[in-house]
Amino acid sequence: MTQQNRLTSGGRIDRSTPLTFTYNGKQYKGFKGDTLASAMLANGIDVVARSFKYSRPRGIVACGAEEPNAVLQLGATEATQVPNVRATQQELFDGLVSASTNGWPSVDTDVMGMIGKVGGNMMPPGFYYKTFMFPESLWDTYESMIRKAAGIGRAPRERDPDTYDAVNQHCDVMIVGAGPAGLAAALTAARGGARVIIADEQNEFGGSLLNSTEQLDGKPAAEWVRAVVEELSTFDDVMLLPRSTVNGYHDHNFLTIHERRTDHLADIAPVNTVRQRIHRVRAKWVVLATGAHERPLVYANNDVPGCMITGAVSAYINRYGVVPGNELVVMTTNDYGYQAALDWADAGRKVVAIVDTREAAVGDRTEAARQRGLNIISGSAVIEVQGTKRVTSVSVAGLSSSGTKVIGSVTKLKADTVATSGGWSPVIHLSCHTGSRPVWSDSVVGFLPGPTVQKQLTAGGINGQYETATALQEGLDAGQKALAEVGLAAADVVLPDVKTLKVAAPMSLFHIPHIKPTSQAPKQFVDYQTDVTAAGIEIACREGFEAIEHVKRYTAMGFGTDQGKLGNINGMAVAAKALNKSIPETGTTVFRPNYTPIAFGAVIGRNCGALFEPERYTAMHKWHVEQGAMFEDVGQWKRPWYYPQKGESMQQSLNRECMAVRNSVGILDASTLGKIDIQGKDAREFLGRVYSNAWAKLAIGKCRYGLMCGEDGMVFDDGVTACLGENHFVMTTTTGGAAHVYEWLEIYHQTEWPELEVYFNTVTDHWSTATITGPNSRKLLEELTDFDVSNDNFRYMDWKQITVAGVPARVFRISFTGELSFEINVQANYGMAVWEQLIEAGAKYGLTPYGTETMHILRAEKGFIIAGQDTDGSVHPYDLGMGWCVSNQKPFSYIGKRGMNRSDCTRANRKQLVGLKTKDPKQVIPEGSAAVLDPKGPKPLEIQGHISSSYWSETLGHSIAMGFIKGGLDKMGETVYYPMADGTVIEAEICSPIFFDPKGERQNV
Amino acid sequence: MLHIYCPHCAEYREEDEFHCAGQAHIARPLDPEACSDQEWGEYLFFRKNPRGLHHELWVHAAGCRKFFNMTRDTQSYEIKEVYKIGEQPSVVAE
Repeated sequence: MTQQNRLTSGGRIDRSTPLTFTYNGKQYKGFKGDTLASAMLANGIDVVARSFKYSRPRGIVACGAEEPNAVLQLGATEATQVPNVRATQQELFDGLVSASTNGWPSVDTDVMGMIGKVGGNMMPPGFYYKTFMFPESLWDTYESMIRKAAGIGRAPRERDPDTYDAVNQHCDVMIVGAGPAGLAAALTAARGGARVIIADEQNEFGGSLLNSTEQLDGKPAAEWVRAVVEELSTFDDVMLLPRSTVNGYHDHNFLTIHERRTDHLADIAPVNTVRQRIHRVRAKWVVLATGAHERPLVYANNDVPGCMITGAVSAYINRYGVVPGNELVVMTTNDYGYQAALDWADAGRKVVAIVDTREAAVGDRTEAARQRGLNIISGSAVIEVQGTKRVTSVSVAGLSSSGTKVIGSVTKLKADTVATSGGWSPVIHLSCHTGSRPVWSDSVVGFLPGPTVQKQLTAGGINGQYETATALQEGLDAGQKALAEVGLAAADVVLPDVKTLKVAAPMSLFHIPHIKPTSQAPKQFVDYQTDVTAAGIEIACREGFEAIEHVKRYTAMGFGTDQGKLGNINGMAVAAKALNKSIPETGTTVFRPNYTPIAFGAVIGRNCGALFEPERYTAMHKWHVEQGAMFEDVGQWKRPWYYPQKGESMQQSLNRECMAVRNSVGILDASTLGKIDIQGKDAREFLGRVYSNAWAKLAIGKCRYGLMCGEDGMVFDDGVTACLGENHFVMTTTTGGAAHVYEWLEIYHQTEWPELEVYFNTVTDHWSTATITGPNSRKLLEELTDFDVSNDNFRYMDWKQITVAGVPARVFRISFTGELSFEINVQANYGMAVWEQLIEAGAKYGLTPYGTETMHILRAEKGFIIAGQDTDGSVHPYDLGMGWCVSNQKPFSYIGKRGMNRSDCTRANRKQLVGLKTKDPKQVIPEGSAAVLDPKGPKPLEIQGHISSSYWSETLGHSIAMGFIKGGLDKMGETVYYPMADGTVIEAEICSPIFFDPKGERQNV
Repeated sequence: MLHIYCPHCAEYREEDEFHCAGQAHIARPLDPEACSDQEWGEYLFFRKNPRGLHHELWVHAAGCRKFFNMTRDTQSYEIKEVYKIGEQPSVVAE
């Protein structure tokens, strides 16, 4: 394959290092220093995509982040597939494999294109809204069809083999962009002694200087760039980040940078190398030197491959040694457009004409073109191009002085390339990220950064200053200002000598008129990636969309992966004209992070797989794993759920575990319960204020269950608190509620009652808890302690500081199963040793480990609630039938008291927690089922409540359930019905939620 | 992401370390029983949602665990000042 568009010399490519790449299954050659786009152009590849809606052939338009068409799929293997890669920003490497993402069977011969041709008028703006809305049930089908046709790439189906990470950075001055302005700012800030980070999205620093033939100090600009970069790299406190896009500018000068460290080397990062990295930068001052994007002009058939922007043409010639065609027509509203023609002529190819929309313009560049003898056609425009897969000719006509009408006759010129320039749009994206609204400038013909509260400076192209000398000066000034702001002395910097060229005023023109009205002219594209045309925007405005944000959403303008970098301003201009307003009146949509799309891998960094979320293990975790336990996530904790034995179903395991507890003894790892150590002379008073029940008389050595309510009176947590000393308590909370309760205690202490002397400390992880429960639990405990644990010496609801298995232990005689129980708390380091001794000693009693599911069944048999399962923030203690846990004798109006006495909380017919016994004892009502009184009654049926807990009870030989029923506490014995999704109805009788041992005798033996 | 000065630690730290706990200066009525349902409802549920200056309660959750107040502009996200519990703001909305 020959590179027919490659020049024999010039450019920043290394012709001695040829590289092979694949595009759509075919091999091509390029050189080191190429982008994928420049290599494709060198090989004469015209069609790189089919368009989104009309499936029209599309070619490369631009040379940077603003490229809308050359959005390709990369990857040699399934695992390394990367969608949405802009070929203009992808450096070429040997073996690169790329493919276009749409077009069937291929971009060159596409079936959808036929539909695009005949169906253009059938696809107006809002087409998708209007067409695919009905019937709603078919949306899933529509969506997959639209996605396939839209060609937005695909995610890999295999795991990404690469590693991504994130690094935090701090600096005095963060400089975004390493063009002339950014480099001058960096050099100044660095010489002044500031800590500097300078980032640029390109592989080498220099920005616009890389694309031009400009001379600095009488030498090629690249030499000045090299000297500056060399000097910058000598400073210890200066970080240079090439291939790094500053993608987000967030509050308080926090910036996120997406650095591509190995994407230019190969498909997969080298061993032990991070592929991409996010730098999270907190900067004292920020200098935005982000430059500007050129705007193409909007004219008929302006999407035919061969239509480009002038700056891109110059860049491909000067930087990559590629002339993307043979016969060029330039259309421009400003002097800068002439440069492409000059560069094209220098490359030895034919400039057919420079069509200037202005009637007369005298600047240094226009004069240079005139002296070269180039054909300049003034006061005219390219109103239409001809061709399908490549431009073949252009139609040129005279323009009225306002640029709104075609005047005179139409001339056809033969050409294969049309480069247009409608002026430049400052890259203000980052300055908008923090909420600053951009401001329109008539002289710049573009939006400039608006006022901001960030510590932000701007320099160069972003300010609409496109002359190198001005950009350098603004960069230096920004550097000096930043130095002063961070308290450093001014630096000594002498800028290079640059010839300042005279520039004639540009014409404010965006949309080139046609001889036919816009609605009848061939398509004039505004946004290539989403196929939005000038006519489409006019229709949207006619249909009543007046706000630019609505026009954007209705037409999908700027919705592509390029976010309208190329087309948005033109679209706003078309909308403004249609609405008979000025551009500043119409306004602009704003930009949000990220500036360019970024890989999910980079977003996630190391936080994937095992590091996605921390997992908390108890001291006995290893034992549970060895026993083959199934685990349940409770918050971040991994808790044993049940311990299946060989051949057992889950229900069989639960039945076995339950019966072991009821008949002999079981053991539960209860270490995850939240534990808060509370000390201070006012600790007891504090407990009385945060719990609904009384704490004034709890003696040392005693435990008490408490309910915690919000100020609204609703239960949010519960647990047992033990009195360790007169001024010392330990509180337990639910596993999932521990952090919230801890903060709850702190906020009341710190903000409401700072006068109380009380201190809280979380000690959850300090302790391991083994709960032994069942009729044989005392015998088991006796084997491991010399302490007298008889019922006379160790009463129910007592706790004792004793020695168990040779280590100090706090043993609580409390019960969540209704059986005789001991909760043995030891220092976490001893947890496993004590557990293993209990297991060994318990063998003769058939000691059975059980998990959270059995714990749930056992407590439900006793009617004990689980906060968060049987409460949902709408039930107070009385609703739960737990009025016994409320004390209204306390002098202080504890949290929840006033709330639960609101009129709504005391009304009749509130939903109350009751037990439910199914008529068919084998039937287990699904949790969440809704209760009704008459399943055959007129619909909609009034819902009486729902099931909150429901299990098979092997102990009782029938199902049990707890649930809410309106006025349920007064409806004992009545029947309610639970209609199921399959049409059946479960009948149940309202009963006490205490199904087993209602007198509580078993725990008291 | 906000950069927050903790008045207890006397240092700027990242927002990651903090939680916002809602509007500041919502004092619990000293005698809740004397409140009507409406007054209690207002204490419980009604909060300001200003565009501009707002006084907020924050906690240095992954730091010193202390609560403090912050006056913040909800539009620009500028933090005008931070001050300890019990102190009054010197910057207030007009």
